[in-house]
Amino acid sequence: MSTTSLIQAVEKKFPDAIQASHAYRGDATVFVRPECLLDLARALRDDRAFQMNLLVDLTAVDFSSFGSQSQVAFFTPSGVTARPAQEIPDEDPWPGPPDTRFVIVYHFFSLSLKHRLRLEVPVGEADAEVDSITSLWAGADWLEREVWDMFGVRFRGHPNLKRILMYEKFVGHPLRKDYPVNKRQPLVGPVN
Amino acid sequence: MTGSEQAGFLTTRIGEAIGWARKNSIFQYPFVTACCGMEYMATACSHYDVDRFGAGLPRFSPRQADVLFVVGTISHKLAPVLKKIYEQMAEPKWVVSFGVCTCTGGFYDNYATVMGIDTLIPVDIYIPGCPPRPEYVLDGLIKLQKKMQAQHANGQRPSPETRPEMVP
Repeated sequence: MSTTSLIQAVEKKFPDAIQASHAYRGDATVFVRPECLLDLARALRDDRAFQMNLLVDLTAVDFSSFGSQSQVAFFTPSGVTARPAQEIPDEDPWPGPPDTRFVIVYHFFSLSLKHRLRLEVPVGEADAEVDSITSLWAGADWLEREVWDMFGVRFRGHPNLKRILMYEKFVGHPLRKDYPVNKRQPLVGPVN
Repeated sequence: MTGSEQAGFLTTRIGEAIGWARKNSIFQYPFVTACCGMEYMATACSHYDVDRFGAGLPRFSPRQADVLFVVGTISHKLAPVLKKIYEQMAEPKWVVSFGVCTCTGGFYDNYATVMGIDTLIPVDIYIPGCPPRPEYVLDGLIKLQKKMQAQHANGQRPSPETRPEMVP
Protein backbone atom coordinates (compact mmCIF):
# COMPACT_ATOMS: atom_id res chain seq x y z
CA MET A 1 0.00 0.00 0.00
CA SER A 2 1.21 3.48 -0.77
CA THR A 3 1.78 6.04 1.97
CA THR A 4 -1.44 7.97 1.47
CA SER A 5 -3.63 4.94 0.90
CA LEU A 6 -2.20 3.34 4.06
CA ILE A 7 -3.15 6.38 6.11
CA GLN A 8 -6.60 6.43 4.52
CA ALA A 9 -7.14 2.74 5.26
CA VAL A 10 -6.17 3.16 8.91
CA GLU A 11 -8.36 6.24 9.25
CA LYS A 12 -11.28 4.44 7.64
CA LYS A 13 -10.96 1.47 9.97
CA PHE A 14 -10.43 3.52 13.16
CA PRO A 15 -12.07 6.91 12.60
CA ASP A 16 -12.17 7.71 16.32
CA ALA A 17 -8.65 6.58 17.19
CA ILE A 18 -6.73 8.80 14.79
CA GLN A 19 -6.10 12.37 15.92
CA ALA A 20 -4.02 13.49 12.97
CA SER A 21 -1.74 12.15 10.30
CA HIS A 22 0.98 13.22 7.96
CA ALA A 23 3.26 11.79 5.32
CA TYR A 24 6.79 12.89 4.64
CA ARG A 25 9.04 11.46 1.94
CA GLY A 26 7.26 8.12 1.83
CA ASP A 27 6.88 7.67 5.57
CA ALA A 28 3.33 7.59 6.89
CA THR A 29 2.60 8.75 10.43
CA VAL A 30 -0.65 8.57 12.35
CA PHE A 31 -1.27 10.13 15.75
CA VAL A 32 -3.27 7.72 17.92
CA ARG A 33 -5.25 8.28 21.10
CA PRO A 34 -3.60 6.32 23.95
CA GLU A 35 -6.78 4.44 24.85
CA CYS A 36 -7.10 3.07 21.30
CA LEU A 37 -3.49 1.94 20.93
CA LEU A 38 -3.91 -1.75 21.74
CA ASP A 39 -6.91 -2.28 19.46
CA LEU A 40 -5.28 -0.41 16.62
CA ALA A 41 -1.98 -2.23 17.01
CA ARG A 42 -3.71 -5.61 17.08
CA ALA A 43 -5.61 -4.77 13.91
CA LEU A 44 -2.40 -3.61 12.22
CA ARG A 45 -0.80 -6.93 13.01
CA ASP A 46 -3.73 -9.25 12.21
CA ASP A 47 -5.66 -7.47 9.46
CA ARG A 48 -4.90 -8.92 6.03
CA ALA A 49 -4.77 -5.44 4.56
CA PHE A 50 -1.93 -4.34 6.89
CA GLN A 51 0.01 -7.44 8.06
CA MET A 52 2.43 -5.39 10.16
CA ASN A 53 4.33 -8.38 11.51
CA LEU A 54 7.54 -6.54 12.38
CA LEU A 55 7.97 -3.97 15.15
CA VAL A 56 11.02 -2.12 13.86
CA ASP A 57 11.45 0.30 16.73
CA LEU A 58 9.74 1.73 19.75
CA THR A 59 11.00 4.94 21.29
CA ALA A 60 9.84 8.21 22.80
CA VAL A 61 10.30 11.95 22.41
CA ASP A 62 10.29 14.52 25.19
CA PHE A 63 8.72 17.70 23.85
CA SER A 64 9.05 19.70 27.08
CA SER A 65 11.70 22.05 25.70
CA PHE A 66 10.57 21.91 22.09
CA GLY A 67 10.83 25.24 20.32
CA SER A 68 12.61 26.95 23.20
CA GLN A 69 15.84 27.09 21.23
CA SER A 70 16.15 28.60 17.79
CA GLN A 71 16.66 26.11 15.04
CA VAL A 72 20.28 25.66 14.06
CA ALA A 73 20.98 26.04 10.39
CA PHE A 74 23.30 23.50 8.87
CA PHE A 75 25.85 23.90 6.14
CA THR A 76 25.67 22.23 2.78
CA PRO A 77 28.87 21.16 0.99
CA SER A 78 28.71 24.34 -1.10
CA GLY A 79 29.00 26.37 2.10
CA VAL A 80 25.47 27.76 1.85
CA THR A 81 23.31 27.51 4.92
CA ALA A 82 20.09 25.66 4.37
CA ARG A 83 17.13 24.51 6.36
CA PRO A 84 15.42 21.25 5.52
CA ALA A 85 11.93 22.79 5.50
CA GLN A 86 12.93 25.24 2.80
CA GLU A 87 14.70 22.66 0.72
CA ILE A 88 12.04 19.99 0.61
CA PRO A 89 8.45 21.05 0.07
CA ASP A 90 6.16 19.37 2.58
CA GLU A 91 2.81 18.76 0.96
CA ASP A 92 1.30 17.05 3.97
CA PRO A 93 2.78 19.11 6.78
CA TRP A 94 3.55 17.99 10.29
CA PRO A 95 0.67 19.00 12.58
CA GLY A 96 3.10 20.44 15.12
CA PRO A 97 4.17 19.46 18.63
CA PRO A 98 1.59 17.71 20.81
CA ASP A 99 -0.16 19.19 23.82
CA THR A 100 1.35 16.51 26.02
CA ARG A 101 4.93 16.24 27.18
CA PHE A 102 5.85 12.85 25.70
CA VAL A 103 5.14 11.06 22.47
CA ILE A 104 5.71 7.31 22.22
CA VAL A 105 6.75 6.37 18.69
CA TYR A 106 6.12 2.96 17.13
CA HIS A 107 7.60 1.95 13.80
CA PHE A 108 5.90 -0.97 12.09
CA PHE A 109 6.84 -2.78 8.91
CA SER A 110 5.10 -5.47 6.93
CA LEU A 111 7.54 -8.05 5.61
CA SER A 112 4.98 -9.48 3.21
CA LEU A 113 3.42 -6.25 1.90
CA LYS A 114 6.58 -4.09 2.20
CA HIS A 115 4.93 -1.06 3.70
CA ARG A 116 5.71 0.77 6.89
CA LEU A 117 3.73 2.93 9.29
CA ARG A 118 4.65 5.08 12.25
CA LEU A 119 2.30 5.45 15.20
CA GLU A 120 2.71 8.35 17.59
CA VAL A 121 0.89 8.22 20.91
CA PRO A 122 0.83 11.36 23.09
CA VAL A 123 1.40 10.74 26.80
CA GLY A 124 1.07 13.32 29.52
CA GLU A 125 3.59 14.01 32.25
CA ALA A 126 1.44 13.31 35.31
CA ASP A 127 0.09 9.98 34.09
CA ALA A 128 3.07 8.92 31.99
CA GLU A 129 1.66 5.50 31.24
CA VAL A 130 0.60 3.71 28.09
CA ASP A 131 -0.54 0.18 27.28
CA SER A 132 2.22 -2.33 26.69
CA ILE A 133 2.24 -4.09 23.32
CA THR A 134 4.42 -6.98 24.53
CA SER A 135 1.37 -9.25 24.20
CA LEU A 136 1.34 -8.53 20.45
CA TRP A 137 5.06 -8.21 19.62
CA ALA A 138 7.37 -9.98 22.06
CA GLY A 139 10.22 -7.80 20.79
CA ALA A 140 8.59 -4.79 22.44
CA ASP A 141 9.73 -6.10 25.84
CA TRP A 142 13.23 -4.62 25.90
CA LEU A 143 12.25 -1.57 23.83
CA GLU A 144 9.59 -0.63 26.38
CA ARG A 145 12.08 -1.21 29.19
CA GLU A 146 14.45 1.18 27.44
CA VAL A 147 11.75 3.84 27.14
CA TRP A 148 10.96 3.39 30.85
CA ASP A 149 14.64 3.63 31.71
CA MET A 150 15.40 6.69 29.59
CA PHE A 151 12.12 8.63 29.74
CA GLY A 152 10.23 7.29 32.75
CA VAL A 153 7.11 6.32 30.85
CA ARG A 154 5.48 3.24 32.34
CA PHE A 155 3.86 0.50 30.27
CA ARG A 156 0.64 -1.01 31.58
CA GLY A 157 0.76 -4.81 31.50
CA HIS A 158 4.49 -5.16 30.84
CA PRO A 159 5.77 -8.44 32.37
CA ASN A 160 9.12 -7.14 33.66
CA LEU A 161 9.30 -3.36 33.63
CA LYS A 162 12.72 -2.55 35.08
CA ARG A 163 15.77 -0.60 33.96
CA ILE A 164 17.66 -2.10 31.03
CA LEU A 165 20.56 0.29 30.30
CA MET A 166 21.18 2.10 33.57
CA TYR A 167 21.89 0.43 36.90
CA GLU A 168 19.22 -0.06 39.55
CA LYS A 169 20.71 2.61 41.84
CA PHE A 170 20.37 5.27 39.15
CA VAL A 171 17.88 7.97 40.10
CA GLY A 172 15.85 9.69 37.41
CA HIS A 173 15.58 9.23 33.68
CA PRO A 174 18.52 10.65 31.75
CA LEU A 175 16.89 11.42 28.39
CA ARG A 176 14.24 13.63 29.94
CA LYS A 177 14.98 17.19 28.96
CA ASP A 178 14.97 18.31 32.60
CA TYR A 179 17.73 15.85 33.56
CA PRO A 180 20.87 18.02 34.02
CA VAL A 181 23.28 17.26 31.21
CA ASN A 182 26.29 17.14 33.56
CA LYS A 183 24.65 15.22 36.41
CA ARG A 184 26.49 11.99 37.19
CA GLN A 185 25.69 9.17 39.59
CA PRO A 186 28.83 7.00 39.78
CA LEU A 187 28.73 3.65 41.52
CA VAL A 188 32.43 3.90 42.45
CA GLY A 189 34.86 6.79 42.27
CA PRO A 190 34.29 10.52 42.50
CA VAL A 191 31.50 12.50 40.90
CA ASN A 192 33.51 13.80 38.00
CA MET B 1 87.28 -17.06 38.40
CA THR B 2 89.78 -19.34 36.75
CA GLY B 3 88.62 -20.47 33.37
CA SER B 4 85.61 -18.14 33.30
CA GLU B 5 87.24 -15.96 30.62
CA GLN B 6 87.10 -18.91 28.27
CA ALA B 7 83.55 -19.96 29.24
CA GLY B 8 82.09 -16.47 28.76
CA PHE B 9 79.93 -14.86 31.45
CA LEU B 10 77.84 -11.82 32.10
CA THR B 11 77.57 -9.64 35.17
CA THR B 12 74.50 -7.59 36.10
CA ARG B 13 72.55 -6.45 39.10
CA ILE B 14 69.61 -8.51 40.23
CA GLY B 15 67.19 -5.58 40.02
CA GLU B 16 68.12 -4.78 36.46
CA ALA B 17 67.88 -8.43 35.49
CA ILE B 18 64.39 -8.67 36.93
CA GLY B 19 63.36 -5.43 35.23
CA TRP B 20 64.74 -6.67 31.92
CA ALA B 21 62.85 -9.96 32.29
CA ARG B 22 59.60 -8.24 33.21
CA LYS B 23 59.61 -5.64 30.48
CA ASN B 24 60.23 -8.27 27.81
CA SER B 25 57.51 -10.67 28.90
CA ILE B 26 54.46 -8.48 29.26
CA PHE B 27 51.36 -10.54 29.91
CA GLN B 28 48.52 -8.16 29.20
CA TYR B 29 44.88 -8.30 30.09
CA PRO B 30 42.89 -6.55 27.32
CA PHE B 31 39.85 -4.94 28.92
CA VAL B 32 38.21 -4.12 25.59
CA THR B 33 34.89 -2.30 25.69
CA ALA B 34 34.58 -0.24 22.52
CA CYS B 35 35.87 0.68 19.07
CA CYS B 36 39.48 1.13 20.27
CA GLY B 37 39.50 -2.66 20.40
CA MET B 38 39.84 -2.76 16.61
CA GLU B 39 43.00 -0.68 16.77
CA TYR B 40 44.25 -2.84 19.61
CA MET B 41 43.75 -5.91 17.42
CA ALA B 42 45.50 -4.20 14.50
CA THR B 43 48.46 -3.51 16.75
CA ALA B 44 48.50 -7.01 18.14
CA CYS B 45 48.38 -8.75 14.76
CA SER B 46 51.26 -9.55 12.47
CA HIS B 47 51.68 -6.22 10.68
CA TYR B 48 52.63 -4.25 13.80
CA ASP B 49 53.26 -7.32 15.94
CA VAL B 50 53.49 -6.53 19.64
CA ASP B 51 55.23 -9.88 20.03
CA ARG B 52 58.43 -8.03 19.05
CA PHE B 53 58.20 -6.41 22.48
CA GLY B 54 57.34 -9.61 24.29
CA ALA B 55 53.71 -8.56 24.69
CA GLY B 56 52.23 -11.08 22.28
CA LEU B 57 50.36 -13.28 24.69
CA PRO B 58 47.22 -11.71 26.13
CA ARG B 59 45.92 -13.50 29.19
CA PHE B 60 42.18 -13.49 29.64
CA SER B 61 42.42 -13.86 33.38
CA PRO B 62 43.50 -10.90 35.50
CA ARG B 63 45.31 -13.27 37.85
CA GLN B 64 47.74 -14.27 35.09
CA ALA B 65 48.30 -10.75 33.76
CA ASP B 66 50.62 -7.97 34.82
CA VAL B 67 49.58 -5.15 32.49
CA LEU B 68 45.95 -4.06 32.31
CA PHE B 69 45.07 -2.55 28.92
CA VAL B 70 41.86 -0.56 29.32
CA VAL B 71 40.69 -0.21 25.73
CA GLY B 72 37.51 1.78 25.16
CA THR B 73 34.93 3.89 26.93
CA ILE B 74 34.18 2.99 30.54
CA SER B 75 30.67 3.73 31.74
CA HIS B 76 29.63 4.23 35.32
CA LYS B 77 27.79 0.92 35.15
CA LEU B 78 31.02 -0.85 34.20
CA ALA B 79 33.30 1.03 36.61
CA PRO B 80 32.92 -1.43 39.54
CA VAL B 81 33.87 -4.29 37.20
CA LEU B 82 37.04 -2.52 36.05
CA LYS B 83 38.03 -1.80 39.64
CA LYS B 84 37.47 -5.42 40.59
CA ILE B 85 39.56 -6.66 37.64
CA TYR B 86 42.36 -4.33 38.70
CA GLU B 87 42.21 -5.57 42.28
CA GLN B 88 42.31 -9.19 41.13
CA MET B 89 45.66 -8.69 39.40
CA ALA B 90 48.74 -9.74 41.31
CA GLU B 91 51.56 -7.27 42.06
CA PRO B 92 53.57 -5.99 40.32
CA LYS B 93 50.98 -4.59 37.92
CA TRP B 94 50.73 -1.73 35.48
CA VAL B 95 47.79 -0.02 33.79
CA VAL B 96 47.71 1.34 30.26
CA SER B 97 44.94 3.78 29.38
CA PHE B 98 44.26 3.11 25.69
CA GLY B 99 42.29 5.75 23.80
CA VAL B 100 41.12 9.19 24.75
CA CYS B 101 37.90 7.92 26.38
CA THR B 102 39.86 6.07 29.04
CA CYS B 103 42.27 9.00 29.46
CA THR B 104 39.75 11.80 29.97
CA GLY B 105 36.31 10.65 28.92
CA GLY B 106 37.01 11.90 25.41
CA PHE B 107 34.16 13.69 23.72
CA TYR B 108 31.63 12.17 26.09
CA ASP B 109 30.29 14.51 28.72
CA ASN B 110 27.10 12.90 29.91
CA TYR B 111 25.34 10.83 32.56
CA ALA B 112 26.89 7.54 31.50
CA THR B 113 30.64 7.96 31.01
CA VAL B 114 33.50 7.89 33.49
CA MET B 115 35.69 10.94 32.85
CA GLY B 116 38.98 9.08 32.76
CA ILE B 117 39.81 5.77 34.41
CA ASP B 118 42.44 7.47 36.58
CA THR B 119 39.53 8.54 38.76
CA LEU B 120 39.08 4.84 39.57
CA ILE B 121 42.48 3.14 39.36
CA PRO B 122 46.09 4.34 39.03
CA VAL B 123 47.33 4.64 35.45
CA ASP B 124 50.95 4.27 34.30
CA ILE B 125 50.80 5.10 30.59
CA TYR B 126 48.25 7.21 28.72
CA ILE B 127 47.83 6.57 24.99
CA PRO B 128 45.33 9.18 23.75
CA GLY B 129 43.79 9.13 20.30
CA CYS B 130 40.41 8.34 18.89
CA PRO B 131 41.49 5.64 18.32
CA PRO B 132 45.29 5.83 18.70
CA ARG B 133 47.24 4.68 15.68
CA PRO B 134 49.27 1.48 16.12
CA GLU B 135 52.46 3.56 16.13
CA TYR B 136 51.16 5.47 19.17
CA VAL B 137 50.40 2.19 20.89
CA LEU B 138 53.86 0.83 20.21
CA ASP B 139 55.35 4.10 21.44
CA GLY B 140 53.30 3.77 24.63
CA LEU B 141 54.40 0.18 25.01
CA ILE B 142 58.08 1.15 24.70
CA LYS B 143 57.56 3.92 27.26
CA LEU B 144 55.95 1.38 29.56
CA GLN B 145 58.94 -0.92 29.12
CA LYS B 146 61.30 1.91 30.06
CA LYS B 147 59.20 2.59 33.10
CA MET B 148 59.27 -1.07 34.11
CA GLN B 149 63.03 -1.20 33.70
CA ALA B 150 63.58 2.04 35.65
CA GLN B 151 61.41 0.89 38.52
CA HIS B 152 63.52 -2.17 39.17
CA ALA B 153 66.89 -0.60 38.41
CA ASN B 154 66.63 1.66 41.43
CA GLY B 155 64.98 -0.98 43.55
CA GLN B 156 61.70 0.77 44.20
CA ARG B 157 58.54 1.31 42.32
CA PRO B 158 57.42 4.91 42.01
CA SER B 159 53.80 5.55 42.75
CA PRO B 160 51.74 5.53 39.57
CA GLU B 161 50.46 8.75 38.16
CA THR B 162 47.15 9.80 39.58
CA ARG B 163 45.07 12.79 38.77
CA PRO B 164 45.04 15.54 41.44
CA GLU B 165 41.91 15.76 43.55
CA MET B 166 39.23 17.68 41.73
CA VAL B 167 37.13 20.25 43.49
CA PRO B 168 33.49 19.73 42.56
